[in-house]
Amino acid sequence: MSSLTTVEALRRSESYSHAVLSWVVPGGYPNSVGAPFRSDSAASTVVIGPLADESKPPNGSEVCVTFSHIRPQRGVGYDERRYMNLWGTAERDGENIRLTATRATGWDEAEVPFFEYAERNVPQARSYLASLGANVRLSRFWTFFLATRLPFLTATIAPVALGGAVAARDGAFHWGWFLLTLVGACAVHLGLNIANDVFDDANGADEANVTPTMFSGGSRVIQYGLVSRAAMIRASVAFYAVAAIIGLVLAATRTWDLLWVGIAGVVLSLVYSAPPFRLVHRGLGEPVTALGFGPVMAVGTYLAVARTWSWEPVLASIPVAILVALILYVNQVPDRVGDAAVGKRTLIVRWPKGRVIATYTALATIAFAVVVLNALTDVTPIWTLIAVLPAPLVLKVRRGLRAHYDQPYALMSYMQDNIVLHLATGTLLVVGYVVANLVG
Amino acid sequence: MSGVLPPEVEKLFDVALVGELTVVSSAGRPIAYPLIPLYDGRYLYLTSAALFSKKLRHIKANPKVCFSLTDPVAIPVEPFARATVQGDAEILEDDPHSGWEELLPLWRKKEPIIDSFVKKRFGIPLFFERSIIRIDPKRALYWPDGRVDVAPQVFELSALRAGGAGVGR
Repeated sequence: MSSLTTVEALRRSESYSHAVLSWVVPGGYPNSVGAPFRSDSAASTVVIGPLADESKPPNGSEVCVTFSHIRPQRGVGYDERRYMNLWGTAERDGENIRLTATRATGWDEAEVPFFEYAERNVPQARSYLASLGANVRLSRFWTFFLATRLPFLTATIAPVALGGAVAARDGAFHWGWFLLTLVGACAVHLGLNIANDVFDDANGADEANVTPTMFSGGSRVIQYGLVSRAAMIRASVAFYAVAAIIGLVLAATRTWDLLWVGIAGVVLSLVYSAPPFRLVHRGLGEPVTALGFGPVMAVGTYLAVARTWSWEPVLASIPVAILVALILYVNQVPDRVGDAAVGKRTLIVRWPKGRVIATYTALATIAFAVVVLNALTDVTPIWTLIAVLPAPLVLKVRRGLRAHYDQPYALMSYMQDNIVLHLATGTLLVVGYVVANLVG
Repeated sequence: MSGVLPPEVEKLFDVALVGELTVVSSAGRPIAYPLIPLYDGRYLYLTSAALFSKKLRHIKANPKVCFSLTDPVAIPVEPFARATVQGDAEILEDDPHSGWEELLPLWRKKEPIIDSFVKKRFGIPLFFERSIIRIDPKRALYWPDGRVDVAPQVFELSALRAGGAGVGR
């Protein structure tokens, strides 16, 4: 509930069908009665009635007037949710009660979506549960799922698969080395996701963000009390350790060149959000993401599988590199208020809406131009042209950004489309390689 | 259902999808909250997420509450009527994680989609850490046809339970 001016509350009351008048009766119980009303916002008064004498509070008693529009959709929940409480002193006025409002609070989901309303109350929930000696719980699976942000592994799978596909095209594919590389790359990614949450918790960015979505605002497991920051640090270190061991095994058994690629990947993942670098705070999160989840992953996989260097995985991965950076870019749109509050000056924080959307369109166009250019210049097989098929999603995401830039929850489906854009393009690039291998 | 509430009031609670819980703050001020009422013939039940726990603190300080049914849209019954039940509330929260799930059969009757929400509790976990507000009804007021310009019928429920006649019946 947010505070409202009484004038504003009474102005809004005109959109409600009835009022609920509550007061405390002798004996200490509250009593409530629903009744017709008319309000005068200029005079800060609301008149409720007609009421029988038995349903009226005594003169001078403090009353609460509630206007509720929690509209049930029978069987399937509620919508158009809004309600207000006004307080004041009751004055009997013939068959009515007149109230001069002195205080008002309210919630309207059209202004504060339910998820934001809930997020703003997280400290209240944690304090209440602590007073009970209880804590929020989820199953181990869902806790792991949330803490690691597991679905975002698609950002790793796409470039790794592409690196493997290029190696297969060169006749050097090996499932064992490929899968081991994939596991190592996923471990870096999960370690990075968790580390990013730890840093955003430490610098207050996640706490300042009251509009997290499925795709933005971090995992929230620390803010909700599901996992402690210390446990998150241990988990992140564990994932990096797994990645380091796999990287060393691959380097020792395949090629020592992998060591430099692995180090580059780990360094990029750390300088992204770790102090003192915190490149994401400096508007450099996108290029770091593009490098790490594009050429570094693809080249690393190619080296691990084919044991030799090639420019092809670098060039072939440019489209997925750009598109993965655009996932981060778009997902930062709903985070921008919280990010700005803690000095996390991402490009989205720095730029106006028009420039953000124009840059999105330009970079996505470049990504698909590279797909075409690579195919037409024989850098990649001609079959990889099928990777342009998801391109229309760019227009959809752009429309979503234009329409819902300031509405995080309405933007969610477009954020999802943007993730699909990356995954579908990466998958079709791999399919293009597979088809090329099959047809020769 | 034939329970502690008068049949005409029970009929409203059996179908009501939203009503208003009014609690009394430590300053003696009434505060109302829209909630889904559940009724098992003996008690009225409401639940509150830890996210919205202020009402629970108020009730712990002063358990005297009332619950009103006032909105024709939220009470799909013909002919429409209004009712308010006053009673003593108790907070049940030994297990906020799953204790409230005992109310799911009653909840499901009014909001079948609740099962799919519970399955997705990972999306908003603190919303599903909930306390039960159990209200022992003491008095019911009933306004036939929803007309509050005429005196309500008043039922003293402890007298009814003891076999006596309700006042105003």
